[in-house]
Amino acid sequence: MPSHNPVASDAEARIEVKNTTCYMCACRCGIRVTLRDGEVRYIQGNPDHPLNKGVICAKGASGIMKQYSPARLTKPLRRKPGAERGAAEFEEISWDEAFQIMEERLAHLRKTDPKKFALFTGRDQMQALTGMFAKQFGTPNYAAHGGFCSVNMATGMIYTIGGSFWEFGGPDLDRAKLFIMLGTAEDHHSNPLKIAMSQFKRNGGRFISINPVRTGYSAIADEWVPIRPGTDSALLLALIHQLLKTGLYDRDFLVQYTNAAELVSVDEDSDDFGLFVRTDIPHPKDCFDPQDRVWWDRRQDKAVPARSEGADPFLMGEFTTADGRRVKPAFQLLKERVEKYTPEWAATVTGIPVETIERLAYEMGITARDDKIELPIAWTDVWGKDHDTVTGNPVAFHAMRGLAAHSNGFQTIRALSILMTVLGTIDRPGGFRHKAPFPRPIPPCAKTPNSPDGVKPETPLGGMPLGWPAEPDDLFVDDRGEPVRIDKAFSWEFPLAAHGLMHNAITNAWRQDPYAIDTLLIFMANMAWNSSMNTSEVRKMLNDKDENGEYKIPFLIVADAFESEMVAFADLVLPDTTYLERHDVMSMLDRPISEYDGPVDSVRIPVLPPTGECKPFQEVLIELGSRLKLPAFTREDGSRKYRDYPDFIVNYETEPGSGIGFLAGWRGKGGEKFMKGEPNPNQWEMYEKNNCVFHYELPKSFQYMRNWNRGYLNWAQEHRLTRYAEPINCHIYSEVLMKFRLAAQGKTEGKQPPEHLRKRVETYFDPLPFYYEPLESQLSDKQKYPLNAITQRPMAMYHSWDSQNAWLRQIHAHNHLYMHPSLGEKGGFDDGDWVWVESMWGKVRCMCRFSEAVEPGTVWTWNAIGKAAGAWRLSDDANESRKGFLLNHLISEELPPHADGEHLSNSDPITGQAGWYDVRVRVYKAGDDEPAETSPQFDPMPAVPGTGKTPKWLAYFAGKFARGKNP
Amino acid sequence: MTQLALVIDLNVCVGCSACVTSCKEWNTSGPAGAMSDDNPYGKDPTGTFFNRVQTYEVGSFPMTETVHFPKSCLHCEDAPCVPVCPTGASYKRPEDGIVLVDYDKCIGCKYCSWACPYGAREFDEHEKVMKKCTLCVDRIYDESLPESERKPACVLACPTNARLFGDVHEPESEVSVAIREEGGYPLMPEWGTKPANHYLPRRKTRMHIHEDELVRADNPLKKEERGPSAPVAEPTLDDSTSW
Repeated sequence: MPSHNPVASDAEARIEVKNTTCYMCACRCGIRVTLRDGEVRYIQGNPDHPLNKGVICAKGASGIMKQYSPARLTKPLRRKPGAERGAAEFEEISWDEAFQIMEERLAHLRKTDPKKFALFTGRDQMQALTGMFAKQFGTPNYAAHGGFCSVNMATGMIYTIGGSFWEFGGPDLDRAKLFIMLGTAEDHHSNPLKIAMSQFKRNGGRFISINPVRTGYSAIADEWVPIRPGTDSALLLALIHQLLKTGLYDRDFLVQYTNAAELVSVDEDSDDFGLFVRTDIPHPKDCFDPQDRVWWDRRQDKAVPARSEGADPFLMGEFTTADGRRVKPAFQLLKERVEKYTPEWAATVTGIPVETIERLAYEMGITARDDKIELPIAWTDVWGKDHDTVTGNPVAFHAMRGLAAHSNGFQTIRALSILMTVLGTIDRPGGFRHKAPFPRPIPPCAKTPNSPDGVKPETPLGGMPLGWPAEPDDLFVDDRGEPVRIDKAFSWEFPLAAHGLMHNAITNAWRQDPYAIDTLLIFMANMAWNSSMNTSEVRKMLNDKDENGEYKIPFLIVADAFESEMVAFADLVLPDTTYLERHDVMSMLDRPISEYDGPVDSVRIPVLPPTGECKPFQEVLIELGSRLKLPAFTREDGSRKYRDYPDFIVNYETEPGSGIGFLAGWRGKGGEKFMKGEPNPNQWEMYEKNNCVFHYELPKSFQYMRNWNRGYLNWAQEHRLTRYAEPINCHIYSEVLMKFRLAAQGKTEGKQPPEHLRKRVETYFDPLPFYYEPLESQLSDKQKYPLNAITQRPMAMYHSWDSQNAWLRQIHAHNHLYMHPSLGEKGGFDDGDWVWVESMWGKVRCMCRFSEAVEPGTVWTWNAIGKAAGAWRLSDDANESRKGFLLNHLISEELPPHADGEHLSNSDPITGQAGWYDVRVRVYKAGDDEPAETSPQFDPMPAVPGTGKTPKWLAYFAGKFARGKNP
Repeated sequence: MTQLALVIDLNVCVGCSACVTSCKEWNTSGPAGAMSDDNPYGKDPTGTFFNRVQTYEVGSFPMTETVHFPKSCLHCEDAPCVPVCPTGASYKRPEDGIVLVDYDKCIGCKYCSWACPYGAREFDEHEKVMKKCTLCVDRIYDESLPESERKPACVLACPTNARLFGDVHEPESEVSVAIREEGGYPLMPEWGTKPANHYLPRRKTRMHIHEDELVRADNPLKKEERGPSAPVAEPTLDDSTSW
């Protein structure tokens, strides 16, 4: 009987359809999973989800191959006695044994010296829980991956406008007319951005991409402006120069909503030099940014309290106060700063023609001024003034790691934020818009302890492990000004390291600088490969022993779902579940998925049971917290407080009776409250019934101008999003930075930097943005290493995560080094040849690919495609380890010794952001006698117990018994 | 006569490959599946995909365009793969113009893939039959699906909505309007295959700046001029002459 039936349906199979949240990258789209006879048949975007509105990406649609990947860890493992770290020789143990080992070790550390336990996590999407665990344990040594990802973006923007791109805000492409994208990774906020960009283009918007490379998003730009890596601030400062010179700035916005008109003391000898002139207007004591500043009024020609009724201040000029002090508006200082940053100067630095720079400034300024949007939405500002409309200047920006991952990134992103502010685009239609719980005060209130006394045995940490310093006295240093944290975050080396410096944790622990630790727990971060700089050396450090034969990092726990390179170095391996097998929350306490129109959080609910003995890492933390009797996990009588993670999520409150928990939706006994309310025993069920997502749409009048919107700020305060309902004025001039500079100059009485760091702090803590060459470039021989080397993120891969994915690896099985053909002409090699790419730190052999879509002084490759042989359960001869390569071997985690010190991180001197893209290289042809494979090579990693078989071929057909088609 | 087809908008395609894998995940477990993969975890992995994205560069630096180009069976109106098939396995459905393969009749001779000028056919090395895009014929008529989801998996997935689906013979359909008004074109029309799928070209938005836009009466710089200052004490003409 002929069986050809192209429209055959699944009528006879057992079909189940369940909603949950994707985790193939950090986007967190809503997904709908169809199971057939218990196996995943189809994963589609959930059409009823506010984030992705039904679409899905290449990664999300390949979740099946992740779920059934042979690289999955399924059993707790212990390193075999006598086996070396890195050899990946393990024996299976039970979870009971694993917990006993951890409990014994960690209980001892907590009793004696809690900082000897360090917990660092990758893109874990549950930093609220991991951070809380660390705090409860009492260790300061906690961070997620932000320090080596994009902390410059977070801090540069938050210290300037009180919000930042991605989770906390973004471009309003629905209303923008001009969209400028700078250095954006294509794997971040990808589906929402793709949806928005295509609608923007179809609506006739103009899209300009500024990037050394023209790939993915840049491909569809109306104009591509190639730029030399690390020079973005030169361009941004020249744009500000041109806007100020031609008067293309939003004066009214600057006056009312920023500190542009506020007067700064400019008498170098005075006590308040560089600080804002203040009146004695009373203000609340714990206020974060008091409204006690002064303007110079144009009509009265004298100093008046800022924003006083009827006053109209000068933005430019120099004035002398009645008591003889010389003062200038902050905007005048900005104008003076950018005077030297002419388009002509910027052209020599960036490689962008003068006319292009001038035209970009005009396009931005004229669009902002002449294409104004007036939305008929009445609102009231925080000073009590009623407005009939919301105004928008429809110029939107987006930027990410291309700006952030340079050691000059913080000041670059300050410049970008100031450009956006000068154009009057902050939380306005068509510009930048915040997402709850942002905007925050500048800086946000969370603080670390500010002395070693915050770390005590058997006691939770005396502050947050990560925070936002507002002044030198907030630094987490000892009496000598030396770091308390293992990664030296919040020390004078990296004072505003709001996300920590995970990229230096292993090196510092290995060198026992500032001290030795005992146990390092790494969750979901591939520190033995693509997540570390200087990978080859870091692998040696992980395996290095002292003179007594003891490991320098005595105990290493790795929690991961897959057999990554890092797993090989573990003493104890904890097998995590996949995203389809667990509960999770995208919490307002962490980085939720809020929209411009209001707060959104979401959950994962298992659609499949855990594979093997996989246990969600959340459950591991709840179990460990309970066994260690950490206060948050323990009742007063010492008994265990939470049954499991779902129970914890429902019942945990930040403080007894606070009504604030991990989930904002359906709070209160019957689910009638949101944001704040007593625990609701049926909260999970309510999320499940509602597409796993909670979305509160703010009234229209609360959706814009939130830094200064009385209605919104009161609402945010009532719902406990914030303690303050005060205006969050943009910091054109950063007094916060100036306070650090004054300390470095010895002009203040509080904490002082160690002598060798005074010059560094004084230089980089400039209250106004400035251009400087990235630190590693400054210390490089640019004659010998004339090229910049950078990486890009492919849209079909998330970091190293997807090489074990049989479908996705067919899109990117190996990577090339892309470069302009002129490099081949000069170097005598052809497209596709094997070449060496070499930095002052090392060299890597790889295949080149010629491209006309790259700035000729730059070479680039896709990130994290190259793998160590045998890792991720790929065969020893897989393309990833033979043809693919990892650029990280060329990038150091530390700068060469120089005037400021010997072991300084290769990072931004303000924030500690890893300077991934600062490396300088040269490229030359590999010898004809050399093997046609990448170098360096590593001993192949064997399959660890519990991982799956790797068939020679695969023909996936969901439902084991559906058709008997599985091989 | 209905002719279903895809219209792919190169103006918004960012080359993310969502269409590639969503096609694979839907079809591998459907009537056209399984879609096999060889060496899935080894050297030179290769497998059956009904839809692939190719990327090209056009022009020289800095005037470079990067074009992402998704390609699948074009469901030609005059499909050269059909008449060459010795068993009649390769056929075009009269009711909607979809070109399909009857695997029961296919003997894996590959004549069709040689005949196809677009390289759109995929030979399954394990089932020894030819496979190809079905326009998700098992989705688009499935009344158990919500109407909004009766579309090919690639169309549902596409984050930039670059893939339009409909009847190119119906003049008022979304796809016909797009072809007509946005410059839609078929691939290699000179082959006379009359591809049903069409592509929409890149379209540029530019801004024209007029000189007077830089000279405005309300230039805020004017507000920074200081007002009249106090009388000067030094000698002026007022001290020396009375005219």
